[in-house]
Amino acid sequence: MSSTEKFRSEFRTWLRSGLTGEFAALKGRGGPGREHEAFAERLAWERHMAAAGWTCVGWPREFGGRGATLEEQVAFHEEYALADAPARVGHIGEQLLGPTLIAFGTDAQRARFLPGIRSVDELWCQGYSEPDAGSDLANVRTRAERDADGWSVTGQKIWTSLAHESQWCFLVARTGQGKRRHEGLSYLLVPMDQPGVEVRPIAQLTGTSEFNEVFFDAARTGADNVVGEPGDGWKVAMATLGFERGVSTLGQQVGFRRELEALIGLARRNGAADDPLLRDRLARAWTGLEIIRFNALRMLDGAAAGAPGPEASIGKIYWATWHRELGEVAMDVCGADGMLADGAPYDLDDWQRLFLFSRADTIYAGSNEIQRNIIAERVLGLPKEARA
Amino acid sequence: MRFGEEHQELRTAVRSLLARHEGAAAWGPLTQQIGVAGLAVPEEYGGAGCGPVEVHVVMEELGRTLAPVPYLGSAVLATQALLAAGDTGLLPALADGSTTGALAWAENGSWRPEAVRARAVRGAGGWRITGVKDHVLDGAGGSGGAGVLLVAARTEAGLALFHVPSGADGVSREAHTTMDLTRPQARLTFAGAEARAVGADGDRILAHVRDLACTALAAEQVGAAERCLELTVAHVRDRVQFGRSIGSFQAVKHRLADAFVRVESARSAALGASWAAAVGSPDLSRYAAVAKSACSEAFSAVAGDMIQLHGGIGITWEHDAHRYFKRAHGSSQLFGSPAGHRDRIAGAVVGPRGPGAERLA
Ligand SMILES: Cc1cc2nc3c(=O)[nH]c(=O)nc-3n(C[C@H](O)[C@H](O)[C@H](O)COP(=O)(O)OP(=O)(O)OC[C@H]3O[C@@H](n4cnc5c(N)ncnc54)[C@H](O)[C@@H]3O)c2cc1C
Repeated sequence: MSSTEKFRSEFRTWLRSGLTGEFAALKGRGGPGREHEAFAERLAWERHMAAAGWTCVGWPREFGGRGATLEEQVAFHEEYALADAPARVGHIGEQLLGPTLIAFGTDAQRARFLPGIRSVDELWCQGYSEPDAGSDLANVRTRAERDADGWSVTGQKIWTSLAHESQWCFLVARTGQGKRRHEGLSYLLVPMDQPGVEVRPIAQLTGTSEFNEVFFDAARTGADNVVGEPGDGWKVAMATLGFERGVSTLGQQVGFRRELEALIGLARRNGAADDPLLRDRLARAWTGLEIIRFNALRMLDGAAAGAPGPEASIGKIYWATWHRELGEVAMDVCGADGMLADGAPYDLDDWQRLFLFSRADTIYAGSNEIQRNIIAERVLGLPKEARA
Repeated sequence: MRFGEEHQELRTAVRSLLARHEGAAAWGPLTQQIGVAGLAVPEEYGGAGCGPVEVHVVMEELGRTLAPVPYLGSAVLATQALLAAGDTGLLPALADGSTTGALAWAENGSWRPEAVRARAVRGAGGWRITGVKDHVLDGAGGSGGAGVLLVAARTEAGLALFHVPSGADGVSREAHTTMDLTRPQARLTFAGAEARAVGADGDRILAHVRDLACTALAAEQVGAAERCLELTVAHVRDRVQFGRSIGSFQAVKHRLADAFVRVESARSAALGASWAAAVGSPDLSRYAAVAKSACSEAFSAVAGDMIQLHGGIGITWEHDAHRYFKRAHGSSQLFGSPAGHRDRIAGAVVGPRGPGAERLA
């Protein structure tokens, strides 16, 4: 048995015995559009995983991980999805901040923050976007000033996922001037539980709320809580985005397969599977899913060879667009039923949520248009956009 | 799914040879200097003992230049049909390129094994074949014509594969005038032509050959689409309108970025099928159908973008754009259309087709 298969079967065995008893009811709970579902119970489940050493498996052993290879990490995500285990709550810390600290943090920062991420005792949120800094991230206005005992942060973030559940926020703030807008930015770690931080939930198109506005008003953080050099935060922020578009998306095709299979099941039951046009669209979705998997495998092979290449942007555009289209197919499979929300106040079913929430996939972590700019300029070598 | 160093060497060798020898004249050097015809033939039959991944590399390169050589028809279709049939006597001559082969297969525009109507009847002097075959790649007679002619025909026991000796009576070959001028096809008519049975298990043989053919063709489509993209990117960087290069307009850039996503995703699909073929995966049929449908659509779209972004010169006879566009159309229909392959996928993953489309109000 290859080491990946050994890893896979070990995790599968653990999941099978782990997802029982009090945790059995958590199967399939949570995820995009449903982050509110059983949050406390999912947190308990994730701490249970941590106790058994099944969080942060891709981190190096010296930082509390298992040093899992990329293949093993894919196996991990596949098994997790196959078991229908609940959506993760600590993924932002585990997959975005953790690797960033491992790459750019000081020893003291790693010692302070990695254990809390691994044990799921501290949840993190990502404070990048602002009302005037979305795609144009370098335009952040939030300021941080250094004084005798640390940093004072003032400004507004927006679309901050899970800020209402998080103890900490990693954010980009302006700390100085630079000739170029990318200069003078710093990457700061800020505690959320303090008087200078206010979190206001934003209702989403599903009626639920997973992201927030976050207001910082002279919020405090320690002098040591800047990652990388002050003024050099852009590089660190970009590295985090790389993690966001890279490995963390490798496992998701298993969840996609589950959705597609469930949709085909519905189509068989309600007669949509007899409609030649819908059959074609379902087969097209299946084709796209195989391609998502092969794209991911190529990205893996490239990353293993030390050069991830442009596959990350290809993968992001491809899967995000695919998932959005799956939502559209789902509504046509549902037919007239899809118009009605079952029950008050606004209780959407899985297909309606997929249809609505998948619109976000082509926006967050770099919109399709921004990925196209990246490909056109950095891969195809076309002239840069005129910039203000 | 990564190419090794030996694949890169093969790629470089084929590419530089195609740069030195244009058109059909490349076939001699390709077979003699690189041995492409025998790449996927086991060593005991005079080949190099390589497999689908090497075929993939060669097909990508042939696609880039739209090389009008009989690789697909001879080295893939005829050779793989013989290998699948276990009839190996003719392989050495195909492997060293001293002759080429053709597989007479499609009827009435279909490559489905069920569509074969040609009949083989056993008489005193052996088998006799009667029927009409279309779209036979490199199947016309004359100098470049195939020396080894294989024919799929139906016997009382079912579908089977036959070898019709060259020069046999009752065979007429007529070249089609193809829209895509870079891939010759022929109509072959058999009127009681003498034949020798090479494989009784025709359904299995043709299904397997179809999988390998779709896989190889998908790789060719990727190579051709990639070349379209390269040529188009070069053009939009040079061409100036409104005082700037048209490649600086986002409407153009985004179109090309999407083309890039299409080409690379098509390559993922084609590679997935090639690797599945290499390891003998039981899922090869599905991956081949995925690759053929996705690569056909990608090549067609990118070749269409190529014309659009070249403006007026894109629709001239002199510019290569139309050759790619026509090849895209031809290879999209060859061995089954994208929708046809999706229909096969739907049969497997959605289930059998039901009574009708009542829901289509
Ligand atoms: C579900 C969800 C969760 C999120 N979670 C977080 C989070 O936890 N933390 C965080 O910091 N952010 C988060 N975001 C924010 C996300 O990163 C931004 O929404 C995204 O970067 C787009 O920025 P924007 O919304 O300001 O849109 P804008 O930048 O205003 O863009 C609007 C539209 O214009 C297009 N556009 C913009 N610039 C260009 C250009 N140069 N060329 C072509 N088109 C362009 C965009 O593609 C988009 O279609 C989340 C977003 C969503 C939807």
